[in-house]
Amino acid sequence: MFLSKIIGSDASFRTKIVTLLGLLILFAVPLLANLFNEPFLVDIASRILIYALVAVSLDLILGYGGMVSFGHGAFLGLGAYVVGILTHHSYEGTAVAFLPGDWQGTTQAFVQWPLAMILSGLLALIIGALSLRTSGVYFIMITLAFAQMLYFFMISIPTYGGEDGLNIWERSEIPLLDLYDAKSFYFICLVLLLLCLWCCSRIVKSRFGMVLRGCRQNEVRMKALGYPVYRYKLMAFVLSGMIAGLAGALLANHTEFVGPGLMHWTRSGEIMIMVILGGMGSLIGPVLGSATLLMMEEVLAGLTEHWMIFLGPMLVLIVLFARKGLYGLLIGKGTDNG
Amino acid sequence: MADPILEVISLTKCFGAIAASDGLTFSVKRGTIHGLIGPNGAGKSTAIAQLSGELQSDTGRVRFDGQDVTRWAVDKRARSGLQRSYQITSLLPEFTAEDNVAMAIQSQQGHSFRFWENARKDNSLRTPSRKILERVGLSDFADNPAMDLAHGQQRQLELAMVLATAPSMLLLDEPMAGMGQSESLRMMELLRPLKGDVTMLLVEHDMDVVFALADMITVLVKGQVLLTGTPDEIKNHPEVRRAYLGDY
Repeated sequence: MFLSKIIGSDASFRTKIVTLLGLLILFAVPLLANLFNEPFLVDIASRILIYALVAVSLDLILGYGGMVSFGHGAFLGLGAYVVGILTHHSYEGTAVAFLPGDWQGTTQAFVQWPLAMILSGLLALIIGALSLRTSGVYFIMITLAFAQMLYFFMISIPTYGGEDGLNIWERSEIPLLDLYDAKSFYFICLVLLLLCLWCCSRIVKSRFGMVLRGCRQNEVRMKALGYPVYRYKLMAFVLSGMIAGLAGALLANHTEFVGPGLMHWTRSGEIMIMVILGGMGSLIGPVLGSATLLMMEEVLAGLTEHWMIFLGPMLVLIVLFARKGLYGLLIGKGTDNG
Repeated sequence: MADPILEVISLTKCFGAIAASDGLTFSVKRGTIHGLIGPNGAGKSTAIAQLSGELQSDTGRVRFDGQDVTRWAVDKRARSGLQRSYQITSLLPEFTAEDNVAMAIQSQQGHSFRFWENARKDNSLRTPSRKILERVGLSDFADNPAMDLAHGQQRQLELAMVLATAPSMLLLDEPMAGMGQSESLRMMELLRPLKGDVTMLLVEHDMDVVFALADMITVLVKGQVLLTGTPDEIKNHPEVRRAYLGDY
């Protein structure tokens, strides 16, 4: 790649360059938006960050754990619904359905967001416990089936909008911060994403992470070494679900709407495309993937509604020629053990 | 030290109408090297897979170290000290040689639900890993990805991983398969000093190796034990000769 010729061949050096450049761009977005007088830019960038968060969560189990979960929309959607439902009741002053007592919800982010993570984690525990008993194509199909079940479940509950979804009349509240301010919201997303990336980068290098990566490479061997691989994979699955749940909570605030579409399998597919496009098994890859896919959508959808026509060939090329995705193109070889 | 560490009692495994293991019964004494030989298709690999727990047996029992392990899963048997190596090299291909050994050591240090410290900078994993790599002669290749090693080196790495778990018993499925003469010799030199500390069940095609290393030998034919005896008894047994020459 000509880019790699410019910035040298040392993979770890290039990783640093790419990371620094990425950070610079991310922090500069609000400034650029001011400069070009395009406040809408911050909005798109926030969306990119939120989807980057889901993509990273999927990559944790897909790229590092070898678990092809085709139902990640379920966790994203559940996280979003938690915020949507709590805000709905808080706004209407009614009790949360299906719960004893008469808790009327809340708009406090410090209650909503952790709850979104916990519930998504619990959902991941249930789905994972069952689907991790299978592997390969069966695993893909079962995770897909669970997400679709949830999708139809949400459609069938009229209390929470059914097919039409729920409008969110109030964004979450954080003391001293205004989530309606596009820049504040952007920086909250950015901080959460960076926090998540930092934690994940520690996790994948830890003993737990090494076991997870070992399972992807050769699960039979890991068992023969004495690792109860099911438990480790399930743990990773739950962690992943929690991060996706947090992303869902952010997304609900971003769009001020939550609908069953978040859980539809096409959404899960989009998240997977982001991971593959950006590069599996790296943490920066999914961020790149999210940025690329959403910007393509933004630009190309303005030209034609069939913008996916461009996405298809690009994905084919990436899969054929750059197994490590866009990140692999930037870094070159030696991305495996970072 | 004469008590058996492994007892196999009428172990059977059928694939459809074919009995790959047909009532296997034998025992392995603690601290010995026990050879398991037989012509192609005799059911040696099936037997190993049943003993390691990768294949569930239809009937019969396996007792290891005083416990009935018949219903135990692979990882539980491995943690109790019953380790296996594979006929076809089975490594963690993208990890370096040192990582591979470190994973084996990590498996012995309790659970791995440790999410924060960098495992590659953990001396309790890395120092012993390097020692073991040195012992099998792979020091110079510690940082090479396992998939880039030559075949013989991969076999040595596999042995290093198994040794790193400090097993009480090894199931070695053709450890010399596909090795050159000098590599085979090196492998023999690695295995020989373990005798006494580690019990080994050795499946091997090369009769010279088996006769040189084994204390006792069990001969399998068509999924059944033909006989068990010392190398000398086996060497001179007419039925064994017939089985190998194939004139039934």
